[in-house]
Amino acid sequence: MEMLIFGLLTGILFGFLLQKGRVVRYDKQIGALRFKDMTIVKFMMSAIIVGMLGIHFFEVFGLVQLMYKPVVIGENIAGGMIFGLGWGLLGYCPGTQGGALGEGRWDALWGILGMLIGAGLYAETYPFLMKRVLGWGYFGSLTIPQLIGVNQWFVIMAFIAGVIAMFSWFEKKGL
Amino acid sequence: MEQNKMDEGAWSPYIAGGLSGLVIIVSVLWTGKFFGASTSFVRSAGMLGKAFGPERVTHLEYFIRYLPKLDWQLLFVIGIFVGSLIASLWSGSFKWQGVPDMWAERFGANPVKRGIVAFIGGIIAMFGARLAGGCPSGHGLSGMIQLAVSGLIAMIFFFVGGIIMTRLIYYRGDR
Repeated sequence: MEMLIFGLLTGILFGFLLQKGRVVRYDKQIGALRFKDMTIVKFMMSAIIVGMLGIHFFEVFGLVQLMYKPVVIGENIAGGMIFGLGWGLLGYCPGTQGGALGEGRWDALWGILGMLIGAGLYAETYPFLMKRVLGWGYFGSLTIPQLIGVNQWFVIMAFIAGVIAMFSWFEKKGL
Repeated sequence: MEQNKMDEGAWSPYIAGGLSGLVIIVSVLWTGKFFGASTSFVRSAGMLGKAFGPERVTHLEYFIRYLPKLDWQLLFVIGIFVGSLIASLWSGSFKWQGVPDMWAERFGANPVKRGIVAFIGGIIAMFGARLAGGCPSGHGLSGMIQLAVSGLIAMIFFFVGGIIMTRLIYYRGDR
């Protein structure tokens, strides 16, 4: 029960910030995919670098437990690509479309309905996918520092430097 | 893009995104929960499915793996709706709209046409997210924060798929 309340509160905070940052709208999401308005990339990358620093800092002291998905190249690429194609049509993501509905963009209801059906469809085809498709290119749990064999802080610093360079380029171009 | 600059009540996406990063850190420290959204659509689809064909749902392997029940993440996704509603009502940016502006400029203001495409996009996007093992929240934010290779691959292909689709449907530009 407590977990449910924490979930709701965390969602409310995140939803508030998503709306304030103007990232839940179709025009912003598609605007980024059309290289016209990089608002969602700015938001996302800012959240990632702050989260990355904090999570890895507390991980050093054993205060957080990392929990990420294993690498399954076939699934990550094909699934990612299929998601992207659907995203380009819908213009909302699973997490943010509730926020789009929250600010009155009711076409998100169609997306939510479609996503429920998509999830059901995946559950229906799962036994078949399990047998024929899933698991191709399985490499298990792997992080970027492990992959290239360097210290995680080196990767974090390089990532942050790259993101800041990207931000300044966005600002220069007026994206 | 001029109208965006006069959008009152909006926060810089860098600030809103950075604060979201802090929310993620606190969430992980407090409850051990990283952000994610697409699993909630599986659980919800299972719950809806139970209302129509309980037999079918209890036998589907995928719904055994992801039991149709309320959990932290599902409440988190609902919270995003609530948070966005609060933020948009508070700043007066709530707007009841069934056809996004960018869509209307290119494809007209017919909400049925927009609804059909959004619905189909939702089905495709969720199927892809489940195949990939997550959406822009789970793979994008949480995966990238932890420097997970799976998150990086999925994230790249979310954008590749999205860019391809928007190229296809907006190929003649705005009209």
